[in-house]
Amino acid sequence: MTITQDGSRSTAGAASERRGMNLTLRIWRQKDPTVKGKMVTYKVSDVSPDMSFLEMLDVLNERLILDGDDPVAFDHDCREGICGMCGVMINGMAHGPQQTTTCQLHMRKFKDGDTIDVEPWRASAFPVIKDLAVDRSALDRIIQSGGYISVPTGTAPDAHAVPVPKKDSDAAFDAATCIGCGACVAACPNASSMLFTAAKVTHLGLMPQGQPERNDRVVNMVAQQDREGFGGCTNIGECSAACPKGISMENISRLNHDLLGALRAGARPKS
Amino acid sequence: MTVTDSGQRRTPKAAKTNSVFKKVVMAVSGIVMLLYLVAHVVGNLKVFAGRESFNSYSEWIRTVGEPAVPSYTVLTVVRIVLIVAVVAHFWAAVSLWRQAKRARPDRYVTKKAVAQSYASRTMRWGGVIVLLFIVWHILDLTTGTVNPDGDASPYDRLVASFSNPFSTAFYVLALILLGMHLRHGIWSATQTLGQSNKRRERTVNAFAIAFSTVLIAGFLLVPFSVLFGLVD
Repeated sequence: MTITQDGSRSTAGAASERRGMNLTLRIWRQKDPTVKGKMVTYKVSDVSPDMSFLEMLDVLNERLILDGDDPVAFDHDCREGICGMCGVMINGMAHGPQQTTTCQLHMRKFKDGDTIDVEPWRASAFPVIKDLAVDRSALDRIIQSGGYISVPTGTAPDAHAVPVPKKDSDAAFDAATCIGCGACVAACPNASSMLFTAAKVTHLGLMPQGQPERNDRVVNMVAQQDREGFGGCTNIGECSAACPKGISMENISRLNHDLLGALRAGARPKS
Repeated sequence: MTVTDSGQRRTPKAAKTNSVFKKVVMAVSGIVMLLYLVAHVVGNLKVFAGRESFNSYSEWIRTVGEPAVPSYTVLTVVRIVLIVAVVAHFWAAVSLWRQAKRARPDRYVTKKAVAQSYASRTMRWGGVIVLLFIVWHILDLTTGTVNPDGDASPYDRLVASFSNPFSTAFYVLALILLGMHLRHGIWSATQTLGQSNKRRERTVNAFAIAFSTVLIAGFLLVPFSVLFGLVD
């Protein structure tokens, strides 16, 4: 199974291939949103430490298919850490023991003989579709409620036509790296999407193009977040520690600052 | 992202109120109570100036503002402000607690805490215990209802209460819980009121720890002094 890409590591690779890891997986199986799920135990043997976590699940699924069983449903797309689809809870931590996406988590982070618990994101706003796959369209609706700028179409303006201070552009870019994976919600003891919403509010709120809709944006996005049934933020910090992009808690403070300013300026959410 | 069913799935209930607004209520009422605690600890330390000084301070609290306003006026105003703050703080907490419960009805089989502090984890139940403590504390030292020496002067009531090791142990426990509550509360209020950023984060947290430690140490000084016979 192991593909050694460079000669220098081939000896070590061959050795670990021969040994392989034997793992016990306890995976959440749930047929559809309407039934109750449960943890089911699977043994996976001869796992290469160079596999990603998703590749390990692929190996399990291949076997389940050959055995005539139902493969484990999990979301994934780019498998290069930028799309945010592959969120699962691994051993009680969003995306597992490393602060990255599940596709970028490699089996070398585990030891031979480990038991690994795999669960879907748990939040009433993220209903389980099947097994490990959840519906995160609540986050899309938060974006739809204000996470955009309204601009006329036409020729793209010159990049240097609207100057942005370096400090602001850096902070906005840091916030814009959010991939909407939902790890913040999954890790939050309150199942709050505050870090996600704060990243979007900060990203646009620091840009000159985001100013005209700044007040409406924050009140509408917070209202939509509450409407979706997410919890409230209690500034615990699990979100930021779980975020594969390292979005910081200061974004939440900035959202709160913007919201208070917007409410004082008379902005009210659209009902 | 995957879309299974579109549109407005849920709970118009939460939409009417705003979770951030509730946090602001929590932060502001918390700050009001915090300022009161500062005044409270300064008053407490008068116990070291002796029985006369402490008892006359207690009398002054009730008569301050006389003869411009009748006695108890200032005290009543302070009490009303505090009751409003406690009710508001409690309302916001319960409401956000329920929202959090609704937001995650099915719990994880395995969940590991990565970043949370003991203080942040104990905000809710710790807050409830602190509330019960405040009720006990008022019955003990303000009204004297549960005090072994209920009809005595404020100073003697205090000595009577803290001469009992069980009473002192309860005070110490509740005060430590309160200290942790303040430690997370100060940080959280700064975030909620939008006054934190990456640069200030370390300072805010250091201040929160220092402030709550000094405040609680000030409060603990009195019961321990009674227990060890420094005040009698």
